[in-house]
Amino acid sequence: MTRRTHPALSVWAWLVYAFLYLPILVVIVFSFNDSRFGATWAGFTTKWYGVLFARADVREAVVNTLSIAVLSTLVSTVLGTLVGLGLWRYSFKFRTGLSFLLVLPIVVPDVVMGVSLLMFYSFVRLGLERAGWTFDNGFWTVLLAHITFQISYVALTVRSRLAGYGRELEEAARDLGASSLKSFLYVVLPLATPGVLAGALLAFTLSLDDFVVTYFTSGSGFRTLPVLIYTNVKRGVTPDINALSALLVLVTVVAIIAANALLRPRRSRA
Amino acid sequence: MLTLRRFLGTLGPGTLWLVAFLVLPTLVMLGYSFLTRTDLAQVGRPWTLEGWQRVFGYDALFQEWVGDNLRVLWRSLWVAGLSTLLCVLMGYPLAFYIARQDARRKNLLLLLLIIPFWTNFLIRVYAWILILRPFDLVPSLSATFLGMVYAFLPFFVLPVYSSVEKVDWRLLEAAQDLGASPVRAFLAGVFPQTLPGLVAGIILTFIPALGTFVVSDILGGAKTALVGNLIQNQFGQAGDWPYGSALSFLLMGAVLIGLWLYARTAGQKGLEELV
Repeated sequence: MTRRTHPALSVWAWLVYAFLYLPILVVIVFSFNDSRFGATWAGFTTKWYGVLFARADVREAVVNTLSIAVLSTLVSTVLGTLVGLGLWRYSFKFRTGLSFLLVLPIVVPDVVMGVSLLMFYSFVRLGLERAGWTFDNGFWTVLLAHITFQISYVALTVRSRLAGYGRELEEAARDLGASSLKSFLYVVLPLATPGVLAGALLAFTLSLDDFVVTYFTSGSGFRTLPVLIYTNVKRGVTPDINALSALLVLVTVVAIIAANALLRPRRSRA
Repeated sequence: MLTLRRFLGTLGPGTLWLVAFLVLPTLVMLGYSFLTRTDLAQVGRPWTLEGWQRVFGYDALFQEWVGDNLRVLWRSLWVAGLSTLLCVLMGYPLAFYIARQDARRKNLLLLLLIIPFWTNFLIRVYAWILILRPFDLVPSLSATFLGMVYAFLPFFVLPVYSSVEKVDWRLLEAAQDLGASPVRAFLAGVFPQTLPGLVAGIILTFIPALGTFVVSDILGGAKTALVGNLIQNQFGQAGDWPYGSALSFLLMGAVLIGLWLYARTAGQKGLEELV
């Protein structure tokens, strides 16, 4: 039902929405601006998209970003789902401790997680070098780091999805003669599936979006899109970065609308 | 019962992963904070307290107290605090506006709120350069505030909205029937009901605002450096890992103490809902 809202409240709300969308619109408009130094409008062009597609470092960053996001999402979804299920199913001594551990990556500022992993990797690298190994691959260090923060989000999403259900459903299945594997596959997993999907989607987005942890753990040779944008912005604004940003905004909008459409019919509660 | 076999089959792999890549790195960081800085951003013996002394303003090299980083810490606190306050002023009424629409419009408005929220953080910060540069406002403190509020506003609005959605409006009517003025009725009948969401929103805005280095780095310039920038600098140009580690622990400690206080007032459940 629509309730009465004060006109001032409506005006305020639309001003806030304007504030939220102004920068996004500006980026998109300027990506079509035919001027090297973007402040003034010099006519419509799509040439910056051409410049962008011709850049080898951009193509490489896209591949890096996507491979990290896909692989880390796969691993963290499996590990995080198992943790979420375990938390729901068992009561045990270090339950609070584990919950605390899961909350840490979410509440501790990214920069702290980034620098602690940077030091940890350097410590491990030192040990490996003494043993005669060399280890200098930004892909693996970033992948391991992403999985670490994603596990938390997946586990907590799965757990909160299952929180409403008791264990009776699983026990009923067992009483009716299902093996523990069958009761897991046919009873528990279907209940958890929306949580698992939502967790995986969240993990994937977090990986695509992450700059801070990647920045500290990637070393010098390995770049994802956010790191590439950062180094370009630090060097000074160039119009092809507007084009890249506009494309990423487009991808985000499409992904959110698709996720919304996919999740809606199955969603039993908000 | 959680047997070893069950543990290894469910919780085990994830827990071991977190121990390996969360607990161990924190322990390494703790160790490094007590070491001495050597050449090329490396650390070595002897074990010292220098990193920690510097956090509290003591400069071992010149053997005197210097307030520089205390000023940075103080600045971080009030910049994060003021940004959070601005988010409250902008976002609290917005949550009410969204919550009072019909279902279709509500979904649309939430979708419109989520799109900027899920847009890449760096693009959201970068976009402000394009807007503010013609006015010669980059870098500046005002630009940092704009960037902060813009980046963290959706974090604030979403928990407040879910609180406002559950408000029992009959209390407002009851208060008005009993003769309270609209303001009084709101403060007594509605505001307390939104308090859990409001506190959650404040925490979710304040923590990232306190820890960020990206916003102040891109929009702020040297004069608005925050503790995040100070930490970043220790792992970049300054190359002082012990000091950087100690600063990281200070930041982490501040966040954990804040959350502990919140958990004590709101209870374990409140903390879980927050996440």
